[in-house]
Amino acid sequence: MSLSAQDFAYMAPTTIDETITALGEAASTGARCQVLAGGTDLLVQLRSADPDPRTILDIKAVPETNRVGISDKGVFIGSAVSAATITHHEGLKAILPGLVESVYLIGSTQIQGRATLVGNLCNASPAGDTIPALIANQASCDIRGSNGARSLPVEEFVVGVQSNALEAGEFVVGVRMPHPGARTADAYLRFIPRTEMDIAVAGAGVSITLDEAGVCTAARVAIGAVAPTALVVPAAADALIGSRLEEASVAAAGRACTAASRPISDKRGTADYRRKVVAVLCERAIAAAAKRAAG
Amino acid sequence: MAKTHVSTRINGQDAEFLCSPEQSLLEVLRDTLQLTGTKEGCSTGDCGACSVLVDGTLVCSCLMFAAEAEGHEVTTIEGIASGSDLHPLQQKFLDHAALQCGVCTPGFIVASKALLDEDPDPSEESIRYWLAGNLCRCTGYDKVVRAVQDAAAELRS
Ligand code: FES
Ligand code: FES
Repeated sequence: MSLSAQDFAYMAPTTIDETITALGEAASTGARCQVLAGGTDLLVQLRSADPDPRTILDIKAVPETNRVGISDKGVFIGSAVSAATITHHEGLKAILPGLVESVYLIGSTQIQGRATLVGNLCNASPAGDTIPALIANQASCDIRGSNGARSLPVEEFVVGVQSNALEAGEFVVGVRMPHPGARTADAYLRFIPRTEMDIAVAGAGVSITLDEAGVCTAARVAIGAVAPTALVVPAAADALIGSRLEEASVAAAGRACTAASRPISDKRGTADYRRKVVAVLCERAIAAAAKRAAG
Repeated sequence: MAKTHVSTRINGQDAEFLCSPEQSLLEVLRDTLQLTGTKEGCSTGDCGACSVLVDGTLVCSCLMFAAEAEGHEVTTIEGIASGSDLHPLQQKFLDHAALQCGVCTPGFIVASKALLDEDPDPSEESIRYWLAGNLCRCTGYDKVVRAVQDAAAELRS
């Protein structure tokens, strides 16, 4: 089918293989095919900046994309799992409260009814709330395509403003992360000028592991909305590891976040303001995660 | 263009319709099925006027393709009353004058119903957070919150 002759079409494959076949056919003919999960970004773009006909490939009928799996080995969240499912999931709330908090910040109640965690990730907004929380939890994407399966850490998956590492013919089946285990916990905080329904001025996701004596043995810090993509900040984690999270170490982690930031100035805040506020968010997220890790 | 055939349940009854692939559920509800109680405010997910329940979950019908309703159960504002008996939420919106032009009202009622199904005794704060995706340009929000609190109290009694 030539591009100019393409009509809108809707397909809802029921297996991963059928999905890959449909994507592969589109890729080989040059037809446009777009994966649909929750649709809360796709439909808005379709009605405004990007109205061109395409095949819409709804992946919600594929069982694996609807799966939430929690085992000793790790946590899996399928790409069609909605924000509302995640924020109501007792198992996820118990072990990944910070990730669930970040999902709870996506849009309104209505948006959360459809929007998915993986859709928020694939949309790759610099201010996407779930991305720093996923990075803090060492999440990676399970990608499938005609060339087989591959896995990519979230920080490598997001490659630019609204741009991800998927190649033609590929889609994300879900995200996977290690089970946090005992004495490890996460937190995500963002700053917005309103109390809800806004886009982050800055955000910080943190995961902290404490030993029995309260010494931090592992940490991961990621920041959002202060660069074209969410960033891992190893220097912030290094400032925490080996410490008892006393004020000086936590402040050093905050300063590392400020130093790593490359923010823009826009109507939500100046670059200077974002550099300052990201440190405060990082420090507060460390405190929240540490409190959870200490149980 | 090939039309998609969709089988679904709407307000407790089996419903079938044909739609084009890019049509939203909102368009089909209003233009094909003549269920015009569901309103269009923005069609970008910002106003909540198009709120419906899909399998009991609150969603914007403007942000769903009609084809995605296949095999699912949709509840619209037309399914909230029992026959000619208004649902307590509908009656309390009237009693508290929680509407003026009324364009936002079906969305508020459907969204509030979803809240009370989940939490029969919500705090004022949780009502305000839950309804943050429903915009009203005439009435303001205080009367809406009071109507929801009052309806919740009646439903609990
Ligand atoms: S019309 Fe759907 S949210 Fe405004
Ligand atoms: S009553 Fe007019 S928009 Fe709410």
